Amino acid sequence: MILLTAEALTMRFGGLVAVNDFNLHIEKGEIVGLIGPNGAGKTTVFNMIAGYYTPSEGVIRFRDSVISGLKANRITKAGIARTFQNIRLFSELSVIENVMIGYHCRIRSSFFGATLRLPLYRREEKMMVDGAMKLLREVGLEEVARERSTSLPYGKQRRLELARALATGPQLLLLDEPAAGMNPNETQELLELILRLRTDYDLTVLLIEHDMKFVMEICERIKVLDYGTTIAEGTPHEIQNNPRVIEAYLGEVQRA
Amino acid sequence: MDPNHRRNQLLSIGGTALLAALLYAANSAGSDYTIRILNNCAIFIILAVSYNLINGVTGQFSLEPNAFVAIGAYTSALLTLTPMEKEISFIIEPCIWPLSVISVPFAVSLLAAGIVTAFFGFLMGFPVFRVRGDYLAIVTLGFGEVVRVIANNTQSITNGPLGLKGIADHTNLWWSWGLAVLTVFLIARMVRSSYGMAMKAIKYDEAAAEAVGINAFWHKMLAFTTSAFFEGIGGGLLAHLITTISPTLFTFFLTFNLLIIIVAGGLGSITGSILAAILVTWGGEALRFLDEPMDLGLFEIPGIPGMRMVIFSLILIFIMIFARHGILGTREFSWNWLSGKLGIGGRPR
Ligand SMILES: Nc1ncnc2c1ncn2[C@@H]1O[C@H](COP(=O)(O)OP(=O)(O)O)[C@@H](O)[C@H]1O
Ligand SMILES: [Mg+2]
Repeated sequence: MILLTAEALTMRFGGLVAVNDFNLHIEKGEIVGLIGPNGAGKTTVFNMIAGYYTPSEGVIRFRDSVISGLKANRITKAGIARTFQNIRLFSELSVIENVMIGYHCRIRSSFFGATLRLPLYRREEKMMVDGAMKLLREVGLEEVARERSTSLPYGKQRRLELARALATGPQLLLLDEPAAGMNPNETQELLELILRLRTDYDLTVLLIEHDMKFVMEICERIKVLDYGTTIAEGTPHEIQNNPRVIEAYLGEVQRA
Repeated sequence: MDPNHRRNQLLSIGGTALLAALLYAANSAGSDYTIRILNNCAIFIILAVSYNLINGVTGQFSLEPNAFVAIGAYTSALLTLTPMEKEISFIIEPCIWPLSVISVPFAVSLLAAGIVTAFFGFLMGFPVFRVRGDYLAIVTLGFGEVVRVIANNTQSITNGPLGLKGIADHTNLWWSWGLAVLTVFLIARMVRSSYGMAMKAIKYDEAAAEAVGINAFWHKMLAFTTSAFFEGIGGGLLAHLITTISPTLFTFFLTFNLLIIIVAGGLGSITGSILAAILVTWGGEALRFLDEPMDLGLFEIPGIPGMRMVIFSLILIFIMIFARHGILGTREFSWNWLSGKLGIGGRPR
């Protein structure tokens, strides 16, 4: 079953074409990688799928309905959750509150019901606390549940952002450089975590990552962007041996 | 969740009972002057805590409370004045029907003040939350002026610049403090619920809030409308305390005072707003002696009008220098915090 389709997406910022004629199909349950040099337009693709930018051209479909043009919160409710390249936690809130918030968009209690703590809200609050605690256990953060989110070390903040995204109950997870800033040990743990979560929560994953070892190991399919244009697509094996990809990455080394 | 929940609940009930006892004492033994200051404190607590909801908790810097207070004050005053009183006051143009014949009990008028103000807040929220940052402040500032101009010019509804006189002095310590306690209780509960958490999330990172499915626009509307509701009630109490209202009463100066209170208390902290509301209201009175001539034994200082405001501003500047995030920052006073400070344990979380 095809979960997500992007057809001929183009995103222009003034004169700059950040993404040009981008096409993507993701089957349910897949883990797909999006790679490319810095500034290639990868995050822009995420921002279009997640509703932060409306594509200048093209259509995005999620489970048969068109989602391009919807606002970000609607897309999250439809079942697409994301993490950010530069971690964006709710700084003054505790770790568990950061995750509980992910459930807020799904509660049925009204504003009045929640304020007056009516029975329905009490049940839902318990559901939020229990659910958040369960997710924190999944990502190994139950010990720091009461701490301030920004007091956590970098790797844990990344996992907290992942737990927060899961709390919204997504079918498709967009991860923007989830292993950035992690040491090889943490990266390996993250890899196992994502694979485990995919099975346990029935997830489909689209991820951006620069760590090639990580990408080649976890992704079933990879798309390569350079200057907004798709230059290659295929299995990790095919991508590794694709001359255009090698050139784009060598080019980056020279540019840098 | 909290093992000390029972104890804290008892302490809160005890605290409220203590407050009631103090009010009873003030009511029977306090001077008119003391009672007036206490009433002012309660009303400013209501105004500050509800203003803090939108500016502090939700982080949307706006400048409209004078407009909301004005709407609430006029609504409730117009509803409690008797048809006869309205006929006498509206000398330039008669009061329009059905306002001219309506007269309701004080409690009903306060509720109506809340609802009418909330309705205006709701209508205003639509354009207001399409803009952000500085624009939001400017648009809401404009709203306050518009309300004042309207109050000045709708002679047959507000009696124009003449204002409303002879409003019954229904507001007493029980009304003002009763409603202050109720307001704080409801807003604190709301802030603790997941709706409040969502509002805080918007303050810290709106894009991330949208990413977890929070409709930022709608939650800002909720905070703004709720804030308007309680500001309206505060306005109604104010009208029935000072018994005479006119458009000049609701200038930006009122908003400015409230802004000082919530910033000094710590933006986002409910208990900070309460503390600062009391300090500013009571302190403003306590410093009144500065305006009068002083005999310091060796020499005499002639009264300098305005000295009070100078000292007052200095104190605020000091607060902002030494406690940049206000007295409490975004922290809250809580029984757990107090028992921790006093070292009398309670069960650990
Ligand atoms: N909001 C924006 N306004 C203008 N230019 C943007 C915006 N977002 C991204 N860009 C530009 O689009 C290009 C692609 O950026 P991005 O998608 O962040 O790249 P990547 O994630 O692949 O490193 C860059 O040149 C960037 O400067
Ligand atoms: Mg990027």
